[in-house]
Amino acid sequence: MLVDSPPEPRAETAPAPPERRAIRSIGLLVSVAVLLLVFLASIAVGAKSLSMDQVWHGLFHDSGTYADVVVGERLSRSLLGLLAGIALGLSGAVLQALTRNPLADPGLLGINLGASAAVVSAFSFFGVTSLSGYVWFAFFGAALVGVLLYILGGARGATPVRLALAGTAISAALYGYVQAVMITDGAALNKMRFWTVGSLASASMDTIQQVLPFLAVGIVLALGLARPLNAMAMGDDTARALGAHLTRTRALSMAAATLLCGAATAACGPIVFVGLMVPHIVRSFTGPDMRWILPYAAVLSPVLLLGADVVGRVVARPSELQVGIVTAVIGAPVFIFLVRRRKLAQL
Amino acid sequence: MKAIRTRAGLSFRLDVRTTAVVTLLLVAALAASVVLIGTGDFEIPAADVVRTLLGDGDAGQEFIINDLRLPRVLVGLLVGAALGLGGALFQSIARNPLGSPDVLGLGQGSTAGALTMIVLFQGSAVEVAGGALVGGLVTGAAIYLLAWKRGVHGYRLVLVGIGVSAFITAVNSYLLTKADFVDAARAVVWMTGSLNGRDWDQVWPLLALCAVLVPLVLVYGRPLRMLEMGDDVANALGVRVERTRAVLLLASVLLTAAATAAAGPVSFVALTAPQLARRLTRSPGPNLMPAMFMGAALLIVADLASQRAFGADQLPVGVVTGVLGGVYLLWLLVTQRKAGRI
Repeated sequence: MLVDSPPEPRAETAPAPPERRAIRSIGLLVSVAVLLLVFLASIAVGAKSLSMDQVWHGLFHDSGTYADVVVGERLSRSLLGLLAGIALGLSGAVLQALTRNPLADPGLLGINLGASAAVVSAFSFFGVTSLSGYVWFAFFGAALVGVLLYILGGARGATPVRLALAGTAISAALYGYVQAVMITDGAALNKMRFWTVGSLASASMDTIQQVLPFLAVGIVLALGLARPLNAMAMGDDTARALGAHLTRTRALSMAAATLLCGAATAACGPIVFVGLMVPHIVRSFTGPDMRWILPYAAVLSPVLLLGADVVGRVVARPSELQVGIVTAVIGAPVFIFLVRRRKLAQL
Repeated sequence: MKAIRTRAGLSFRLDVRTTAVVTLLLVAALAASVVLIGTGDFEIPAADVVRTLLGDGDAGQEFIINDLRLPRVLVGLLVGAALGLGGALFQSIARNPLGSPDVLGLGQGSTAGALTMIVLFQGSAVEVAGGALVGGLVTGAAIYLLAWKRGVHGYRLVLVGIGVSAFITAVNSYLLTKADFVDAARAVVWMTGSLNGRDWDQVWPLLALCAVLVPLVLVYGRPLRMLEMGDDVANALGVRVERTRAVLLLASVLLTAAATAAAGPVSFVALTAPQLARRLTRSPGPNLMPAMFMGAALLIVADLASQRAFGADQLPVGVVTGVLGGVYLLWLLVTQRKAGRI
């Protein structure tokens, strides 16, 4: 049988011993501090480097100097990176738990491709060119795939394998569609080859305001799902016996993942791999307890994303590398190293 | 499942449903091939196609069929079969329906090789194919070595493959954004996978490789069913786990890389064909033969659909395989849920 890794009985979901909980709490605080530092670095570093004084001045005493304008521009970019990072990390963690498949992520399940298909349609058939216009297309596409996934693989009588396969099938069909449009329409190809890389460079406060409500709902939903997802990790029958509401948990998880991933993809293009990698890294030191995985993933994903964005701005000065490229180039070796070094906590 | 005994005391088991599925898929692939050979600017009736293939046609048709269309169809059949078989092997070894060569980075590795030739060297078609072959093999070796740690564990192999895949995809995206528009358009067509303009030069190497690898895989693949139960169980049952896995992985990488070199990374055949085959045979285990024939049938039918719907050479076959395989898999998932099977 081709099955996902079987759920193994484990004691980890029982309350951890107090000292381990203390260590994890401290670790989380340290991670938040690191995130704050990276966020500031993301405002300070770039084609024009700013000192911390200038950053401070720009953030809190904006008087319209050149440096203040730069800070304003970079602030929206950094905020978008922060939000997108949280969204990608959380949606990846939720989807992996929901499908019980370590390979599940918004990219593999077709949610990203839903957004891509809608955006390529917007470019090619509706003549939409402005970011604020195709944000809605991307979001709509992602949401549609989310609903479809839920109907096909997440509703009653579903299994994690079915969900993963439904995602694969949807991706296959949509990928064909995107390629077909790109091949027949040269102008759409020219836009799409930059959009599909994933970038924070086009961030603006307008974009952030557009996607913020969806992100906020998604984040709250995802964080609230920790307990039911813990129960579901033990297998459907055990979860039911423990009193978990399977259908409701599946529906809410899909909703959270779609909201988060759809909004992030709409705002910055399909940034792959962050949502897949960060939950794996987090699991390697928290174990399988979602109550720790979710907060850690929410803090460490933006660290990776913003860090990669900063590096991308520095290495190719005065031009820059798209963040989607840098996350993979930095993240993949780290990921492989961790996979080799540790016995990864299996799902 | 039926047990068959001969008088000499030889006995073997025959899975009736699997045999029927394999036969049907073979017939479907061949029938679609005949129609496909007849399709084009110059339409040839199926009866004439068969007559010409048997060596009894007129000179004009012989030229069109034997020199122009037959090699293209053969490349399609071989590429589909190689991808289906390679995908079935990978999914079985990874014990994950998502663990196919395109997910684990082999397709991306081939693409990186081809893109390098297209974007950096403006290489010819042969050089691009060579680049793709080398790229695929190097990537396969890299994944295996990076996943090696006192043996290659299926789960680690998958995760390392994902990491490698992400890395190479990033490199590919970078190459694509750096390319000028003409090269980018050429690269995108290559990256979709296409059978346009394939001739006998592509057929022979692919055929030779399949002739060696397919029997090897089918013989060596027998312990796969035991490997799917886990390394420890397989070991206890007398399977040489590490050696079997290494040989089968090598075969799978070779099949995938050669297919990609010949036709580009035709997407999702390796992912969907084994799953479709499983659902038709309703048999557990790797389903190697059905997956192979399903891949061939899928690719040929997709090419036929693309030519019939959009005219010759308009839409590369890789576009249609994705749509066709994806929709078919969705349909199977839906109907089989209604029937209470998964």
